[in-house]
Amino acid sequence: MTFKKPERQSIYFRQILIEIEHLGIDSIGIVAFISVFMGAVLCIQMAFNLDTPLVPIYTIGYATRQSVVLEFSPTIISLILAGKVGSRIASEIGTMRVTEQIDALEIMGINSATYLIFPKIAACLFFNPILIMISIIVANIGGWLAGVVTGLVPSAEFIYGLKAFFEGYDIFYSLVKSVVFAFLIVSISGYHGYFTKGGALEVGEASTKGVVNSSIAIIIFNLLLTNLLLS
Amino acid sequence: MIEAKNVSKSFGDSKVLDDVSIKFETGKCNLVIGRSGSGKTVLMKCLVGLYEIDEGKVYFGDKVLSRMSFDEMKLVRQDIGMLFQGAALFDSLNVEENVMFPLAMFSQKSLEERRERANFCLSRVDLGNVNKLYPAELSGGMKKRVAIARAIAMNPQYLFCDEPNSGLDPHTANVIDNLILELTQEYNITTVVNTHDMNSVMEIGDRVSFIHNGKLCWEGDKDSILKSDNETLNEFVFATKLTRKLKGV
Repeated sequence: MTFKKPERQSIYFRQILIEIEHLGIDSIGIVAFISVFMGAVLCIQMAFNLDTPLVPIYTIGYATRQSVVLEFSPTIISLILAGKVGSRIASEIGTMRVTEQIDALEIMGINSATYLIFPKIAACLFFNPILIMISIIVANIGGWLAGVVTGLVPSAEFIYGLKAFFEGYDIFYSLVKSVVFAFLIVSISGYHGYFTKGGALEVGEASTKGVVNSSIAIIIFNLLLTNLLLS
Repeated sequence: MIEAKNVSKSFGDSKVLDDVSIKFETGKCNLVIGRSGSGKTVLMKCLVGLYEIDEGKVYFGDKVLSRMSFDEMKLVRQDIGMLFQGAALFDSLNVEENVMFPLAMFSQKSLEERRERANFCLSRVDLGNVNKLYPAELSGGMKKRVAIARAIAMNPQYLFCDEPNSGLDPHTANVIDNLILELTQEYNITTVVNTHDMNSVMEIGDRVSFIHNGKLCWEGDKDSILKSDNETLNEFVFATKLTRKLKGV
């Protein structure tokens, strides 16, 4: 599988926009849904664990934000996306392989790897950081809602905690992780789809391998990146 | 003209093509026949460069396929139209977009000109009012015809058809066969057709090559095929009651 310069750049640009819609915009719903609950659970757990007069109550907001920004949004959401986006990519490309659509592209003189995988990589590298930002915002709203509705933390205290000791580098760290994870998801799933051999059963296997291997890669790179960027 | 010279291809320990040499002439329907699993599709994929051959050479005119650079291969492939066994239409594109796809990729035509060409190609295969339908909404015969329209969109010099009428009813199969013959003669292209359908052989077989167990077993035309004394060929040709009846066996 080798990438070559795109044959017609305008078509590739159009493909990137299509992939942004399929892989990115279509994922906003699930990302928002998971994030709001994730933030709410985090806030309740923080409140439960920090139930002592020695720790100021705004720490709940602060700890929720830090957990969301540093770990939960970039890593957990990327794992969710590995399932949703990764399986879609592997099965789409795998089906194209077994139904000879990739051969048809090659026969036309089109580099199939470039045509099929490059727009997906570009779309995810562009849109996954946006998804992660959406997740961070929604998860913090979820945390605030849970704290206020359950009465565990007053609204003003939670918001003060959200703003406390804020460092832009944390967002940078989160976005770097989301970009690296996006590349891993698309390239690993794309690889498994592209080299599918056989029929429907093998397409399913390729899809599973794409999800499992990209999830494992995310977990390993999470450790490496954390060590590189935070130590 | 396309020529395969001493082509061999193996997958692991299994030798699928063994020293096959065939010439495919321009302006003729060159049929490759043989039982399922005899190596016809592998031969076709070797001819178009989808599979790398282990030994031998494939010539397109005077150029050797295996010695071509990526860019040379790309140019040759723009002269190739191929009809796959399952049509291989792009699921995400509608009929019109499928036919316009190679034009959008490689021609300098405007959208209007591309649409005009697509409509012409679709009318050439007797398909009207299906432009906005997706492949999943088409019948098997319609898919094959759209695939032919896409294959001829770029005015190819070479047309490859892998089992063009497999899974089709006899009437539709006949329509597809005649379409391939007409296009071959009208545009003077080199057409290679893989089939195991004796009807196709009798309808369009200008040149017929019989492959058995990866080896070229017999060559001739549609008239001589019925008179051959090649036992393996006769087993294939007269496998059905109908063909046996025709021969009076």
